[in-house]
Amino acid sequence: MRLSGWTASPSEDLRVEHNDMNSLFLYLTLFAYFGATGLWLAYFLAQREGYYRAGVWVMAGGLACHTLALIPRAWAAGALPAATFGEALLLFAWALVAAFLVLIWRYPIKILGALVAPLAALMVSGTLILPARQGTVSPLLKGFWLTVHICLTLTGYAALALAGLGGILYLIQERQIKSKRFGFFHRRLPSLSQLDNLNYWCLTIGFPLLTGGIISGSLYAQHTQGRFFSWDPKEILTLIAWLIYAVLLHERLTVGWRGRRAALLAICGFLVLVVTFVGANLWLTGYHSFSSFIQAP
Amino acid sequence: MNLLLCGVNHKTAPVALREKLAGLIPDAAHAYDHLKSWPEVSESLLYTTCNRVEVMCVSEAPDEAAARVREFFARHPEIAPGDLDESFYVHRDREAVQHFFRVAASLDSMVVGEPQILGQVKQAYREATAHHATGPILNRLVHKAFSVAKRVRGETGIGDHAVSVSYAAVAMAKKIFGDLAGKNILLLGAGEMAELALEHLKGQGAGKITVANRTLARGVALARRFHGEAVSLEELPEQLLFADILISSTGAGDILITRDQIKTVMRRRKQRPLFLIDIAVPRDLDPAINDLDNVYLYNIDDLNEVVQQGWQRRRHEATKAERLVAAETLKFLHWLETLEVFPTIIALKDKAEAICRAELKKTLNQLAPITPEQRQALEVLTASVTQKLLHDPIIFLKRNRRPRNPHQELDLVRRLFNLDPDRNSGDPEKD
Repeated sequence: MRLSGWTASPSEDLRVEHNDMNSLFLYLTLFAYFGATGLWLAYFLAQREGYYRAGVWVMAGGLACHTLALIPRAWAAGALPAATFGEALLLFAWALVAAFLVLIWRYPIKILGALVAPLAALMVSGTLILPARQGTVSPLLKGFWLTVHICLTLTGYAALALAGLGGILYLIQERQIKSKRFGFFHRRLPSLSQLDNLNYWCLTIGFPLLTGGIISGSLYAQHTQGRFFSWDPKEILTLIAWLIYAVLLHERLTVGWRGRRAALLAICGFLVLVVTFVGANLWLTGYHSFSSFIQAP
Repeated sequence: MNLLLCGVNHKTAPVALREKLAGLIPDAAHAYDHLKSWPEVSESLLYTTCNRVEVMCVSEAPDEAAARVREFFARHPEIAPGDLDESFYVHRDREAVQHFFRVAASLDSMVVGEPQILGQVKQAYREATAHHATGPILNRLVHKAFSVAKRVRGETGIGDHAVSVSYAAVAMAKKIFGDLAGKNILLLGAGEMAELALEHLKGQGAGKITVANRTLARGVALARRFHGEAVSLEELPEQLLFADILISSTGAGDILITRDQIKTVMRRRKQRPLFLIDIAVPRDLDPAINDLDNVYLYNIDDLNEVVQQGWQRRRHEATKAERLVAAETLKFLHWLETLEVFPTIIALKDKAEAICRAELKKTLNQLAPITPEQRQALEVLTASVTQKLLHDPIIFLKRNRRPRNPHQELDLVRRLFNLDPDRNSGDPEKD
């Protein structure tokens, strides 16, 4: 394991030099995300508005550094840097933080930050810990439609992840109100209707994005591989998650499913996505897993 | 100069005595005429609430002033001389400031954290200023008390927790719906507690109010009071479709709404959340309703539990507030001490100036005639010598205040420079 930013061996088409600035921004990002985690946990415990606001600024600063760390990578790779698990984590963390900052501007569910910030911090740490890319990126990973595929899927994941995290908060709060035992969380969590609105809002945004991601991906697969669907573990799992969200959205709109059931389904979908993203990349193999994106140098 | 706070409150005096004493105040002009006529009292502030009658004053002779206030209280025709023995308290300086801050921050109230007290103190202060009864010290004290109260409210959660059943119902509704604006309320039966809860909910901007009562006439009367609509009990299932919050408090002997009824209603409502408050004993609503998704059923015991926890939380927050009050009290006393130093500094400067003038006069008489410039140079010389000499003692007075015994240094400086000649003159002979 190497803790340095990333050191890719130079190759013909990907001349990435060891870049101090680059890893500096990555460390700044990590620092900011951990800082925001601390501030938001302090807000959660002490319920002081000042901690929350400071957390938002630190998080926004972190996102700016994150962007500055991503740009040179994308420039060097000539595509979105998503060829290794570490790179994909970095991209996803960016999408999650950006989605969260958009969300709290629209729905100020402040306490969600105490979950999002540590998650983002862990993902950025993952990027720093995981081995950097060794070798060249498969030419399959460069192309307009593939960029569209990655963008849509990751932003969709981010929105749906927020729905899942919101679902956890909903279940905690609902349990307290139903059982009439008001513990530590009761005072600190927002109202049920706010948490349920979060679920709906994230779902209506995340689901179309994920759908678009799947469609663009299969079109690209048809174009390059000659088939829409290859029964790859990643594809199957994503389809399962998509079905879960489709059921949830459908039931929400027709019979008015909400509350606990919606929260449970959002959490289920989120878990399947985690397995897809982490499991399918680390343990399962298929043409869609990161190991197949890299050609040996 | 001393700060003095005396009076009676709900901890020391029964309501009968407090009522009588409160009767002294409505005629504030009369009361302040009295207070201002006493030579011992230089500034005063008089305030009453349903839980207290207190006088805060600044006095050079605190014992006499306290006796005067007591006499003033005892003057009330219906108060027996013995009544005040147990209940009348006198706080001085630190205790007085702390007590006043605690009153303003609602820490001394019967319902700790209740917000009305600050308004009452503000009103009393307005009256006091109208009668020119306050001065620089009380003005500052009162404004500090307001800012302490504001900080306590903002920095501790002392007012956040419901301590009555009707507020508990509102607090729970907020945890379910977030915003209560536009939420429809259905009142089933009538009762004091239900009406109180309805009033609080209405205060939060609740929407349409519907009253369903066995006797329609009573329902209509209640509905009119809250600008609502009265319906008969038969319409209940229909009405449940539109309500968000149901408050039930009928005198019916058995269950009025069953789990199955609510289950059907929820399907038709497309699962919009429903908050049911059952404050009737025996209960009107089937307890099993609480198992349904998106339905929250609270009975009177549940709400009492919320109230109990509210009390606990308030007590917990009150300890935080006490720390804040203690810190602010120290700050105020420090300011007061620096205020005490000024007369000594002025006396010191006056004495130095007097010596300069006398010595200059003597010297000028002995000297041959000099030009005005030379005379001015001599004046500047003497002035700057004394100024430089006094500089350090003054700084010492302003800064080196021992918190334990602030008067010790003040006393030392006064004796060192013999600022109180009649007091010091006898001392050397005694040694």
